[in-house]
Amino acid sequence: MKFDIIGKRYWWFALSLIVLIPGLISMAFQGFNLGIDFTGGTILDLKFASPVTVAQVREVLVEHHLENSVIQLVSTDHAEASNNLFIRTHVLSNDESQILFTDMEKRLGAFEVLRSEKVGAVMGSELTQQALLNLTVVCALLIAYISYRFEYKIAVSAILAILHDVLIVLGIFSLFRIEMDSSFVAAILTVIGYSMNEAIVVFDRIRENLKTHRKTESFQDLVNRSIGQTFTRTLYTLLTVLFACGSLHFFGGESTKNFSLAMLIGFLSGAYSAIFNASPIWVTWKEYEERKRTALKTGGSK
Amino acid sequence: MRVGNVVKFLIVVAVIVLGFSYSISPLTASIKQGLDLQGGTHVVLEAVDTPEAKVDEDAVRRVVKIIEKRVNEIGLTEPIIQRQGERRIIVELPGIKEPEKAIEMLGKTALLEFQDESGNTVMTGKDLKDAKAEMGQNKNSVVALEFSDQGGKLFADLTTKNVGKHISILLDKQVLTSPVVNEPIPNGKAVITGSRSIEEAQNLAILLRSGSLPVKVDVLEMRTVGPTLGQDSKEKSEKAFSIGIALIVIFMLGFYRLSGFVATIALLVYVLLLVGSLKMLQATMTLPGIAGIILSMGVAVDANVLIFERFKEEFRSGKTLRAALDAGFSRAFNTILDSNVSIMITATVLFFLGTGPIKGFAITLGLGVILSMFTAITVSRYLLRMLMQANVTKNGKYFGA
Repeated sequence: MKFDIIGKRYWWFALSLIVLIPGLISMAFQGFNLGIDFTGGTILDLKFASPVTVAQVREVLVEHHLENSVIQLVSTDHAEASNNLFIRTHVLSNDESQILFTDMEKRLGAFEVLRSEKVGAVMGSELTQQALLNLTVVCALLIAYISYRFEYKIAVSAILAILHDVLIVLGIFSLFRIEMDSSFVAAILTVIGYSMNEAIVVFDRIRENLKTHRKTESFQDLVNRSIGQTFTRTLYTLLTVLFACGSLHFFGGESTKNFSLAMLIGFLSGAYSAIFNASPIWVTWKEYEERKRTALKTGGSK
Repeated sequence: MRVGNVVKFLIVVAVIVLGFSYSISPLTASIKQGLDLQGGTHVVLEAVDTPEAKVDEDAVRRVVKIIEKRVNEIGLTEPIIQRQGERRIIVELPGIKEPEKAIEMLGKTALLEFQDESGNTVMTGKDLKDAKAEMGQNKNSVVALEFSDQGGKLFADLTTKNVGKHISILLDKQVLTSPVVNEPIPNGKAVITGSRSIEEAQNLAILLRSGSLPVKVDVLEMRTVGPTLGQDSKEKSEKAFSIGIALIVIFMLGFYRLSGFVATIALLVYVLLLVGSLKMLQATMTLPGIAGIILSMGVAVDANVLIFERFKEEFRSGKTLRAALDAGFSRAFNTILDSNVSIMITATVLFFLGTGPIKGFAITLGLGVILSMFTAITVSRYLLRMLMQANVTKNGKYFGA
């Protein structure tokens, strides 16, 4: 296969931007749908013996001064009533939830608490801080390692490509108002690890090809050749990882759905950016420096 | 074709496949399950300063001890009480019913006070030796108190001085009962009436036996997973695991033929080793942990993909199968190492900076990367060599080239 990714790199950069921009706009204007892990609050996942409607549940909640709660029915066919529903509200004290449960059982019939989560606001702000700390440490360590094994320009180019992946995932989650919980942080970090893995494989090939580099081959051709040589591998690995992640998303439990979705998007973007962004950014940078150097030289000889 | 070598190869494969299918379920089942799988409640408590009592190291230690006592009194199997950082305590209560009530009890200060009519505190919960729930004379539930020697004397003194007057028993500044003393009580025993049910009396007795918390304790976080959801998550995870591994196997067989078959066998060894290591490390299996296992299978075959792609190139450049195989392995090694370090770095950071379930994910992912490098390189190489020595075919096509 003949590849000319470097020659058309500005087209690929443009494609990335087109995908990025709606997400960035959405992030700026509507922000994120942060779960209680970040904001603090209570989530109840209840399963009633007989189907209930949102209106019925709301009626009970209003009497407990919980009119601001979000009630969400879990139903496959968009039915009006369902046995299973989520209630999201502010942090309830133990007394409050016990009274609420007793009252609900009296008016809506027996139910089972499938899941109940209560997170204080303190924990939420800590999670945000922790997430940012995690991201910074991971990026710093990756830059350090790649700079040591390759060179810092490769490290920075790879990190830029990864930033693109992170922004794509964040953008899609913002655009479609998908809820983020604490596992989202882990998903993002995994995407970073995977995306770096993909970029490294390409750079590793470039490094190897540089050793046996013939003068007749231009720098762009060499990078194109390296991308071509690793293309099948990138594609195959993307597929196997998507198989694993996809089966987790489509067949796994409810609580790992958004977690695996974040990774699915991130892995797709990671493979794209490893081929179309990481090394092209590096080439652009190299050529820019080259031009500056020759400009200096010719300027000096005058 | 050398029949002996073929037989040897088939035996090794059969041993691995049988070993996998016989031991994977019992091995997985023997790993301790997290609350998200077996159902239960996870609570984060924090000791907080109040004007009356500031939090210090000693106070937190005592709080942990007292909460341990209270948890043990509830009578659950394998509860976990763990201190985290300076002021936090994590409590895990597997299989608990009515978690709200239990948590309320754990965080109660439970300061017991005996006051005379003018409101002076004469004795506290420290003067108790024991407290038990009993059925009283009028079929009502009471808590029978037994005082320590010192407490008995104080109580005798208190009742002697206050004959014909009210004395009050208070819990956390709320009056539980305030009887009139008819006569001095010298035997060091008393009862608290006013409990609405025997359970309430029992809970009060537990609180009094375990002593009062030296500082106020707040509930920061509380997560409960019901047993139905836990079971459901388990079944769905198993399904996701099976489908994931099946898809990967079909893919590897389709694209790499015999090499893919060998990679599949190596993948089985990998999963066994991973689950075995988790068991040895006494890790807890959580939902994110399982997600880590499933995901790591996708990454695990990556090393093989790298090697096989290299092998294809070498073979096409005119090398023999054996030479191409060796070159493939040795050339791919650096790539595998460098590319896996990036995932390793992520897993390490997640492990050290993450909390609870995220740690579980980090462990499986990190362990997975190390083990998969091992199986992809050693197991696959050993099996492929054996297969090539058997001389079944010289056609590279059967090895995916």
